[in-house]
Amino acid sequence: MDDYITMQVARYRPEDEDEPTFEEYEVPCHKEWVVLDGLNYIKDQLDGTLSFRWSCRMGICGSCGMTVNGEPKLTCAAFLTDYAPGPVRLEPMENFPVVRDLVVEMTDFMEKLTTIKPWIVRDEERPLAEGEYRQTPEELSKYKQYSMCINCMLCYAACPVYGLDPEFLGPAAIALAQRYNLDSRDQGSAERLDLLSLHEGIWACTFVGECTKVCPKDVDPAGAIQRYKLDAALTSLKDFLLPWGAR
Amino acid sequence: MGRQVSEPPTYTPFHPRWYRPRISAWWWLKRRSSLAFILREVSSIFVGWFVVFFLLLVAAVGGGEVAYQEFMRWAAIPGIVLLNLISLFFVVFHAVTWFNLAPQAMAVHMRGKRVPGKLIAASNYGAWVVTSLLVAWIILAGSR
Repeated sequence: MDDYITMQVARYRPEDEDEPTFEEYEVPCHKEWVVLDGLNYIKDQLDGTLSFRWSCRMGICGSCGMTVNGEPKLTCAAFLTDYAPGPVRLEPMENFPVVRDLVVEMTDFMEKLTTIKPWIVRDEERPLAEGEYRQTPEELSKYKQYSMCINCMLCYAACPVYGLDPEFLGPAAIALAQRYNLDSRDQGSAERLDLLSLHEGIWACTFVGECTKVCPKDVDPAGAIQRYKLDAALTSLKDFLLPWGAR
Repeated sequence: MGRQVSEPPTYTPFHPRWYRPRISAWWWLKRRSSLAFILREVSSIFVGWFVVFFLLLVAAVGGGEVAYQEFMRWAAIPGIVLLNLISLFFVVFHAVTWFNLAPQAMAVHMRGKRVPGKLIAASNYGAWVVTSLLVAWIILAGSR
């Protein structure tokens, strides 16, 4: 196997470029190195001006999502040897404005995330003295999968609907809404439904399914959205058929 | 004095030099999965065509022997046969891709455990085969 591998890295320097260009770097292709190690090698040894986000190096923080050879990936979970003999082409995540090099602007996602109230909503808060809200393992298992989301936004990068219609609430936000709706301690599903049942919510999704394929934590946002559609449809049907009070 | 830690975060919505690439009209050719998705969406046109064809057949049957023979002659035109063959391909493609996606939309729980996706897909395919056999039996039994 080659000792070195070529990394083609997208560079965008807004102070003197109108659009991104590619620069090539030769980095060591060690067996245990991931793409992020290659980037850090470039930053430390070859070109200190390269900008990219990263933090934990272990698939927890969700910071290092990029487009690796055309696919949305966490660069800390993509081994360089899997791309040998190279080159490895690195671009910022698709569907987001690029701030610089591999750094994207994520305000849109952050704001959408808060609108779905990703916290436990109670009709009436119980005083602390009465203790915690208890939950059985079965109740936990209902939402646990959706709680694994690390907000890496790879699902947004993979979603053509979000790319074409930035108003779309998007996979991770809807999966997280579902995470709280399915939580036995939460009472906010009706509030969330008002937002999620808008066209920009669940109904904009055309079930491409790419979000689920690229998710590094097996959250299955596509599944969450389809199940939400079913819940929303059943709720409206019930509202339509049942008289007041019987709901 | 700076912002208090307890204040909600504020984000800067303005940046003068973001790069926003335009999405190409051919974005769906970039990945195999996108192409499969677009083909599934397009297939709805052919599903619609099959419905129209079937309604025309029903109308012809209702119109009597002459209308029915006229319809059969029209349906045998090579262009219509070709259209129906293409439609058959797309309708089968639609059904298969849909059944493969079904496990994601259906989270069925039995005895506290989630039913495996393969079983849900298999039951959908099973229902498809049974319904097809039933329809074939009704038609074939009726034509004897």
